[in-house]
Amino acid sequence: MTKELLKGNVAFAEAAVRYGVQAYFGYPITPQSEALEHLSGRMIDEGRVFLQAESEVAAINMVYGAACAGVRVMASTSGPGFSLMAEGFSYIAGSEVPVVVVNMMRGGPGLGNIQPSQSDYFFMTKSAGHGDFHAIVLAPANVQELIDMMGLAFDLAEKYRTLVFVAGDGALGQMMESAELPPMQPVRTERPDWAVTGNAGRESRVITSLYLDPDQLEELNLHLQRKLAVIKANEIRWQEYQTDDADLLLIAYGTVGRICLSVMREARQQGLKVGLLRPQTLWPFAEARIAELAGRVRGILVAEMSAGQMLEDVERAVKGKVPIRFHGRMGGNMPMVDEILAEVWKLAAEIGIGEQ
Amino acid sequence: MTIQAVIPEDMELVYSYPASLTARSTHYCPGCTHGIVHRLIAEVIDELGIQGQTIGIAPVGCAVLIYDYFDVDFVEASHGRAPAMATGLKRVNPDKIVFTYQGDGDLAAIGTAEIIQAANRGESITTIFINNAIYGMTGGQMAPTTLEGMVTTSSPGGRDPNIAGHPVQMSEILATTAGAVYITREIVADIASINKTKNAIKRAFMAQIAGLGFACVEVLSTCPTNWNMDPWKAMEWAKENMAKTFPLGTFKMADAVKALKA
Ligand SMILES: Cc1ncc(C[n+]2csc(CCOP(=O)(O)OP(=O)(O)O)c2C)c(N)n1
Ligand code: SF4
Repeated sequence: MTKELLKGNVAFAEAAVRYGVQAYFGYPITPQSEALEHLSGRMIDEGRVFLQAESEVAAINMVYGAACAGVRVMASTSGPGFSLMAEGFSYIAGSEVPVVVVNMMRGGPGLGNIQPSQSDYFFMTKSAGHGDFHAIVLAPANVQELIDMMGLAFDLAEKYRTLVFVAGDGALGQMMESAELPPMQPVRTERPDWAVTGNAGRESRVITSLYLDPDQLEELNLHLQRKLAVIKANEIRWQEYQTDDADLLLIAYGTVGRICLSVMREARQQGLKVGLLRPQTLWPFAEARIAELAGRVRGILVAEMSAGQMLEDVERAVKGKVPIRFHGRMGGNMPMVDEILAEVWKLAAEIGIGEQ
Repeated sequence: MTIQAVIPEDMELVYSYPASLTARSTHYCPGCTHGIVHRLIAEVIDELGIQGQTIGIAPVGCAVLIYDYFDVDFVEASHGRAPAMATGLKRVNPDKIVFTYQGDGDLAAIGTAEIIQAANRGESITTIFINNAIYGMTGGQMAPTTLEGMVTTSSPGGRDPNIAGHPVQMSEILATTAGAVYITREIVADIASINKTKNAIKRAFMAQIAGLGFACVEVLSTCPTNWNMDPWKAMEWAKENMAKTFPLGTFKMADAVKALKA
């Protein structure tokens, strides 16, 4: 395989095809419509299912239906559409069917705008619908990682029979960079032993999230919590850069994580020992590792394209051990290297290290 | 336990549960027509020999537990979204028989978009639409199909069209969609109409088996509990009053559906 110049939205869509997605349902919304457009042709060419739904509400329920049949299925959307899908997320979680949804975050609230943002962090990691559940949230920082995470997303969704979100932002969806797509994988033909396929030769199966008896519903919830605990124990992912000798730790994910890599390099050139931790899963979150690093570094800077959403998870992990500064941009604005660098210096001054 | 196990040896079994129904008693109120329609669907599934290929989509409404009463695969949709779920299920399982069972709140209020779009796309699914002019499950509130002047727990002075609009005629609307091949409105108020409804349900499933497109059988039904009537009076009331606002009849039948031999 060779590298090619790929736009983020097309890259994840094509990666899904190669990872054997059998059905896609979506509704156009910027900044991810290229994915839907790409799949409208590709899926039909491959003899798979593509349907442009009448709304994101319908799209996620089509996804839910196909997931109940035990096929590999996904949707993609952005903020306003993601909000509409919340009803379906909750039912999908309650009935434990594997589903992957890509959210290319844009500025909000409301109609907001179509520029990149990370302001759906709370929504995706804390409460993507009514009831007690979490989805696994993957956060790619570049087109190659976006491609790779599509495969991971399907695998995790099916392994745990859970909902997986791939959390990108408008910049990642729209940017073009050189990346390598996976080889074409065969589409799985067998259906899992919980799928509804008609009861010929076996007992009838029901997929539901309805449990009228409180004890039964509590048991479902306890079961979901046990499953989430296993996910927490096994699936936390992050990347670290030069944290070994770091005095200051940057924490940022996705596009901002990538920007912070440049910030780290510049800061090091200017004589500050800066490291970076970039969460690759937003839920489950690298809490324990951050707590550990908080015992070694002297200050932490969190940067996000939001008012400080991941910041709350970092604060919870750090428990006041070291000072935390926050730099956030909103409204579709991206934080630039020099502005974050300036914040790094402010943090350095606060704790009395380094000299510019 | 099977029925055979409980009947005395010297008695002949002349009437029983269809194989596609479980031998479980339902939670429906006495005289509720949900049970009648369940039985008709199960008889049709048996007669067409499709029990092993059929997947039902349960609604949110009084029939939410329908999967307890049917011995076929089932999934539970969120309120009104059954046609979207059915779309996903059927598209990845084109050889299965997929049907939705929906009330009037489910289909004619919260799920209006999903049903019209599914019909218009000509999804190869069958919808059984129970129109009892009320929200049964939540305690008898006004439905989009509640008759003018009808008293409900959320229209205590009777439905006033100036406030709540007029009853929605879904079959008439669905019949305008290009993808619908069979749209009919029936009633289950006496033996003749029950038999006629069964034939309509059979035709609707046969249309799907033949891959002809979307079919919906609207069934004018009763809710004795929330209508505050005894079952007999409810049946009479349905015949006299509901059928005026919701005229019985077939609103669309494609030639290919007409040609199907039951
Ligand atoms: C999103 C959502 N809104 C509201 C409800 C509450 N609810 C449950 S059933 C129902 C109405 C059911 O009425 P209908 O579809 O006419 O069926 P019936 O009970 O009369 O058979 C409502 C409003 C719900 N479950 N979900
Ligand atoms: S409330 Fe009405 S629709 Fe529901 S089970 Fe009772 S009679 Fe039937």
